[in-house]
Amino acid sequence: MENIMKSFKNNSMQWRYFKQSIFFGAVRLSAFIIALALGGILFYIIVNGIGAISWDFITKPPTDSMTKGGIMPAILGTIYLTIGAIAVGLPLGIVSAIYLTEYARQGKVIRLIKVGINCLAGVPSVVFGLFGLGFFVIFLKFGSSILSGSLTLGFLILPTIIGASEEALKSVPQTFREASLSLGVSKWQTIYRIVLPNALPGILTGSILGIGRAAGETAPIMFTAAAYFTAKLPGSIFDEVMALPYHIYVLATAGTNIEATRPIQFGTVLVLVAVVLSIDLIAIIIRSYMRKNKRW
Amino acid sequence: MNRHTKEIIIKYVFFTFSLVSIVVLGLIVFSLFREGLPIFGKVSVKDFLLGMEWYPTYDPPSFGIFPLIIGSLIVTIMATSIAVPLGVMAAIYISEIAPQGIKEILKSVIELLAGLPSVVLGFFGMVVVAPWLQDTFDLPTGLNIINASMILAIMAIPTISSISEDALYAVPREFKEASYALGATKFETITRVIIPSALSGISTAVMLGMARAIGETMVVLMVAGGAAAIPEGLFDSVRPMPASIAAEMGEAPFRSAHYQALFAIGIVLFFLTLAFNLIADYVSHKFRQIGSGTL
Repeated sequence: MENIMKSFKNNSMQWRYFKQSIFFGAVRLSAFIIALALGGILFYIIVNGIGAISWDFITKPPTDSMTKGGIMPAILGTIYLTIGAIAVGLPLGIVSAIYLTEYARQGKVIRLIKVGINCLAGVPSVVFGLFGLGFFVIFLKFGSSILSGSLTLGFLILPTIIGASEEALKSVPQTFREASLSLGVSKWQTIYRIVLPNALPGILTGSILGIGRAAGETAPIMFTAAAYFTAKLPGSIFDEVMALPYHIYVLATAGTNIEATRPIQFGTVLVLVAVVLSIDLIAIIIRSYMRKNKRW
Repeated sequence: MNRHTKEIIIKYVFFTFSLVSIVVLGLIVFSLFREGLPIFGKVSVKDFLLGMEWYPTYDPPSFGIFPLIIGSLIVTIMATSIAVPLGVMAAIYISEIAPQGIKEILKSVIELLAGLPSVVLGFFGMVVVAPWLQDTFDLPTGLNIINASMILAIMAIPTISSISEDALYAVPREFKEASYALGATKFETITRVIIPSALSGISTAVMLGMARAIGETMVVLMVAGGAAAIPEGLFDSVRPMPASIAAEMGEAPFRSAHYQALFAIGIVLFFLTLAFNLIADYVSHKFRQIGSGTL
């Protein structure tokens, strides 16, 4: 060993390349470990969950105190909450982003808004849950409901949508705006006809990733929308709902017979992962399509 | 209405909308304080933050959250010390070394990892990691600090990796070319030129990764074990702050002292993550990479 070290020291170039190959090995290994973690988790969930999946599992409600039957109410609840979150977060987020990139002059107020958005992005989801409980459920008296849950989730994904939309708007070349303005087109028409269509794929990509996050969140809906079990489906936005993430948590920690319901738990996890990752995959596909068709 | 008036109206409507994020931040503080502050009429701030006993349902109850704060800090620091090397090195690989095809695949991998719902990772920790830890190390329970830290690290890696990668990618090309021109190897260029000039971005990534880990709820709720005591070893279970809020809010009677104490924990958590984010924001603005002018 010592001889090897000595020969390396003597041959400096070889020593330098030796260090390089060790380093390259380490970084390659790190990337590999991360890929392996994702692959391992997905593989494990698919292998264990696929057995539970059937048409009945997806279309029937749970029976026998949630030890048998399907998860249809939870799937439906997650769909309602996600649509609600989109209705709250998407318009607000896109409009804010348009103002910040197209209209705002850099100044104290804008800086404050941007820092505010950054901080909002960092607020833990459980604190959003407390906020939803304190403000929507109690202060505005919406109760634990689809409405409270949607508003909470909508505000949770707002910073993600603003950030992504800002990036997309900034990536539209300045010359496009100048060409439009020089033809006598007004600012709003320029934004509506020229900037937005070009930024749309980018805005969509980021927003869809945010929506995927909303669909999988548990902590914000625990005290604002999610029910342990409801026999009937929600009739209005003021009703509680079951939701996939919360259903998993309940079955895995507080069910009547945790070991016996493992297959149902794995099945529910697989459904949730499939829903969330297909949402993310749509975003990734839109982006790669957009890159291929970029005209400038 | 002429075109000019319309333009002005649109502008102000947009401005109002963009104020929403500030308003929401304000509302978060408002609701946390409204529900949480009354607890300090019953317990002093010092006893609340530094009290060693968290027995909210006993008679008389005791609301000391020090063990919860310690629990949060331990899992966060442990998770960060796993996630930072892995995340940053993976970012270096993706940004500087990997061939185009692998680069695209790894970017998608990290994005999908970021997309995995936290409850799914918590579930994985419960049914896979916990039994494995229990058997391997012959422990009474596999739900402990090590387990929570490993799962939290998986959650923090995408944040750390993707932000670091952006920072590395932003290093101007001339820097690398100048370094190669002086005869440096790729390794020397990366460690002595690229990483130093991307350091502010990497620090931001680490801060945001930590903020992510400290606020994460479902993972610590499901796999940290839930013992509200100062741990003596890494195989002990802990009860980080978010886990306490999530686990107990359902049982705490409306506007009871327990309920208020949980909101007060929310206040602590909010300001802790706010501090992390403000530091990250400060670092990224103060030491911003401004291209060739920086070094």
